[in-house]
Amino acid sequence: MSVAGEYKRLIWKRISFGIFLIFLLILLSALALGLGAYQMSIAELFRAILDGNPVLWNVRIPRIITAIFVGASLAIAGAVMQCILKNPLASPFTLGISQGAAFGAAIAIVYFGAGQMHRVGEALTIFNPYVVPIFAFSGSLISAFVILALAKLRDLSPEAIVLAGVAMSALFQAGVMLIQYFATDVQVASIVFWTFGDVARARWIEIYLIIAVFALCFIYFFYRRWDYNSLLAGDETAISLGVKPQRIRLEGMLLSSFLTAVCVSFTGIIGFIGLVAPHIVRLTIGGDYRFLIPSTALVGALVLLASDTVGRTVISPVIIPVGIITSIVGAPMFIYLLLRGGKSVRG
Amino acid sequence: MLEAESLTYSYGKRDVLKDIAFSLERGEMLFIIGPNGSGKTTLLKCLNGILKPKGSVYVEKINLNKLNPLEIAKKMGYVPQRGEISFLTVFDAILLGRKPYIKWEVSEKDVKIVEETIKMLKIEHLALRKLNELSGGELQLVLIARALAQQPRYLLLDEPTNNLDIKNQIEVMRLVKTAVEDKGISAIVTVHDINLALNYAEKVLVLKEGKIFAFGGREVVNEELLCAVYGIKAEIVKYDGRVFVIPEL
Repeated sequence: MSVAGEYKRLIWKRISFGIFLIFLLILLSALALGLGAYQMSIAELFRAILDGNPVLWNVRIPRIITAIFVGASLAIAGAVMQCILKNPLASPFTLGISQGAAFGAAIAIVYFGAGQMHRVGEALTIFNPYVVPIFAFSGSLISAFVILALAKLRDLSPEAIVLAGVAMSALFQAGVMLIQYFATDVQVASIVFWTFGDVARARWIEIYLIIAVFALCFIYFFYRRWDYNSLLAGDETAISLGVKPQRIRLEGMLLSSFLTAVCVSFTGIIGFIGLVAPHIVRLTIGGDYRFLIPSTALVGALVLLASDTVGRTVISPVIIPVGIITSIVGAPMFIYLLLRGGKSVRG
Repeated sequence: MLEAESLTYSYGKRDVLKDIAFSLERGEMLFIIGPNGSGKTTLLKCLNGILKPKGSVYVEKINLNKLNPLEIAKKMGYVPQRGEISFLTVFDAILLGRKPYIKWEVSEKDVKIVEETIKMLKIEHLALRKLNELSGGELQLVLIARALAQQPRYLLLDEPTNNLDIKNQIEVMRLVKTAVEDKGISAIVTVHDINLALNYAEKVLVLKEGKIFAFGGREVVNEELLCAVYGIKAEIVKYDGRVFVIPEL
């Protein structure tokens, strides 16, 4: 077969992988819908959806949709950060972007009355779904600019950048603790509960906001897919291909931070999805951002939904927040990536 | 025609290039030689706008500053000294050369051009391999292929033979020469190996401390020049119609 013919077959393989992931996601969603403290068969499920069953419509469906879009959002944010920073270890969580967002959100909740818990142990209600993300975005930007400046001014290794991310995380966690120290009991309880990372607390209005921001960022990232591929060849080559690396980098960092901030505002810190999902795709279909971005979104959605479903059912009726599950699974994978030296897993 | 007019470039206070002026006709091969740190790579990057120097570069009489990055990319291809390794396949990497032409998605024509380039370089067997699985020589060929897929009028190569074994060096130089002859483009090549310049160049530009020391045909490189520029004693000998520099050890 001709080279072009073989290449087209490869393209089909990549597209098929995406289609396979979509089927898997539908399957998993149906499974997650039926599983839980109140188990349902498929026939019951259909009837319940049509009847407007409150367990489904108020609890499980919002939860599943949140998991899908937050997973997809964190995953594409990670994929883009890995490309623009040339750093296989980059992700919202490892660079301290999520922690910065959490700090901003905590300030909005405690000092600006943007959210409150009705009683200890109950999920936090965010009164104003627009104020919290704005504060969270401001917090995430602090991390984003420190990382960008370090990457630009000093030619730091990927590992060193991640260390800077660790420092930023520690700083923001100290900030959150400081807020807790001076907060009332109810506020402390609400912040602690909120830092777990959980997809159960988003309400429909917040879910719509997450979907809208995801859609916006996804379209932009996908539009930039050729620019990201060019950046993989190095900045000088990218310039020689008519790409403006500085601009792509700044826009990518701003949007992926914003996307992270919106997710963190409504679900807390969920780690490792943004780190792991792009690598799973890269190892399966390669690093071409035309296919990497959509497939990474799907893998991120799958991983978060699977983690949440496990967290919901493993010691049912107790529900383990999904942030704990993703960290248990993600931390060993992060160490594995570190051991591989990052270089061989580069986008 | 490519013309450079009083190009000056400095990193901070240090002038790396001073008042560079030369011109190159279509279809010519220009070699830039000079000691380490004489500004070869910087000059190459100034010619296609990767660096923004003082002074002007004209491509077919149009000032480079008046062209947008995509238009420059259609006229000049650039091959960096070292390729970045990634998870892209060779075909994807060469397809990047079509980036300046791609509006939303690749066309059949783009795929065809990449296929032809792959055939020309005889790297069909590598087409679906990932860049991280290639040897240094293979990676260099892919970089050149990408620049050729750009269908440029000018091909800029930064030390394309560095880190290559002798067979790959010959292969790369032969390839560049074929591309220049077949496609009627011009190539500007920086090299350390003066022998390559003496045997492939139509024009030679000798840099010393950021200034043009000599510019002209191959004959500008003589024993006197080598002594003045590199501070070495060397003999230039002819053998079998070819020219070699034999340095005194």
